Amino acid sequence: MRAVALSLRHELIGLAGVVERNVYLTRRYIYWDVAFFVWTVANTLTIVFIAEGIEATGGQIDVERATTTLLIGAVVWAYLGIIFEFLTETVAWERWEGTIEYTFMAPLSRAMHLGGSGVFAVLYGLVRAILLFIVVAAFFGLAFDDANFIAALVVLVVASISFFGIGMMTAVLPLISPEKGAQLGFVAQGMLLVVSGVYYPVDVLPQWMQWLATISPATYALEGIRAAILEGDPLSSMWPQIWPLLVIGAASIPLGLAIFNRGEVYAKRHGKLKRSG
Amino acid sequence: MRELSPVPPDALAVEARDLRKEFVRKDRKRGKRRVPALADVSLTLERGECVAILGQNGSGKSTLVRLLSTLLLPDGGSATVFGYDVVRDGKAVRRLVNRVSVEASFFKKMSPSENLHYAARFYGMTPSETTERIPMILERVGFPSDRRGEPMENLSRGMQQKVALARALLTSPVLLLLDEPTTGLDPRSKLEVQDFIREMRAEHDSTILLCTHDLDEAESLAERVGILDAGRLLALEPAADLKARFAAETLEEAFFAATGRGFEDEQDELDAEERKALA
Repeated sequence: MRAVALSLRHELIGLAGVVERNVYLTRRYIYWDVAFFVWTVANTLTIVFIAEGIEATGGQIDVERATTTLLIGAVVWAYLGIIFEFLTETVAWERWEGTIEYTFMAPLSRAMHLGGSGVFAVLYGLVRAILLFIVVAAFFGLAFDDANFIAALVVLVVASISFFGIGMMTAVLPLISPEKGAQLGFVAQGMLLVVSGVYYPVDVLPQWMQWLATISPATYALEGIRAAILEGDPLSSMWPQIWPLLVIGAASIPLGLAIFNRGEVYAKRHGKLKRSG
Repeated sequence: MRELSPVPPDALAVEARDLRKEFVRKDRKRGKRRVPALADVSLTLERGECVAILGQNGSGKSTLVRLLSTLLLPDGGSATVFGYDVVRDGKAVRRLVNRVSVEASFFKKMSPSENLHYAARFYGMTPSETTERIPMILERVGFPSDRRGEPMENLSRGMQQKVALARALLTSPVLLLLDEPTTGLDPRSKLEVQDFIREMRAEHDSTILLCTHDLDEAESLAERVGILDAGRLLALEPAADLKARFAAETLEEAFFAATGRGFEDEQDELDAEERKALA
């Protein structure tokens, strides 16, 4: 019993170590973070201006509602991008820095190693997403009199569990294919978002894409967040969005971990756990 | 760490039996084929012993180190570290082993202190433990205190290698795998690293497997010296016995007599094959 408690303690310290390392790295690369944030704000503005553009060219829409809908889509896209980037690059970054062998020969379980990356990604992603939302909303002077931000935040955090599970699946790609893995991770992220109704209702998609939308956690996250911010829906009415997110999360995390572990065995068998350059 | 992986008093530090590793090479002319990197290697290391393995580039030294540190899975044979199997009991082995390789391998933008702090967490060390131990260990390896906060990329190779030694020492490994730890260092840094290895053995009861290119280093640090050639362990005995067996005056002559090659000649083909397989 004591050994189990000691082992668990070591694992949690290791998880905190991954978070700590990413804090150090973020501090060291802070100017890059500022640059990426400015780029994301600019990119979000170009998307959100589409609503005003439609009205200016004669379209009949509720500009404020369309602006908010696009803003939510852009913020969730940016948030998801951060989660996927951190998880997919957990291996790629270590390979590039040359620390991969030291990390994989440390007595830390893969669940805690990836968990540390996931925890940091969620915290960092939330800060970036909230800041992005505030800056762009202020730019357009959007009013959110009825918005339920607490409910929106809860939906985003619950959705993060599923995003984390899927991120673990994509994290295996750079492990088994040092040269092409990271690129494939970006492709997976793009495919997930295109079917999830980021800037449009899922109903406009072809039928086969709508089917894929039902298994994408981003679909439910976007629905829930939009209902909370646009309609002011309370958390108690979000169950239709929350239960699929919990189910996808419960399935994707063990599946993601199992896939990563298989990938690690493959990498050890074929000598892929090696630094680049 | 040792509480979770207790070291049996009578267990050998390392026991490898017919250890084999092959890599797949894809070739347009000959198609896919398996290239042996390590061929049926058997060896033992007693607890507290220092054994040096000599071999050219591509002879299989790094493959042996990577198998013992659980970074590779063998294709045949077995290996144990203090009685724990490197495949079945990987986590127990990882708690007992650390490594210093030819490349210092750190996050380049992070400082020595930051790199050591996070690395120690992977071995279950808390912030209060590392805050106390890291400055002490860096001082012991002769790392200047005023440079602990500088990014690693600003440090010389010798300085980086000292931080690598500090990282290994921080986790108190009972088996230390040294893979060409002094290659590329200037003579002074090389001597400092070698002195530190002696100190670690004396004070920490560590068992050391030293893979090196440096014949003098092998002779001065190790009780036994092995010759690895094209993945085969041709000899493993005290340096004096090795020289006597091949009627050689120096280890270099003994190496030549055992392998038929000069020590500085690289095994280009195998090295290239391994690089290709690992790409």
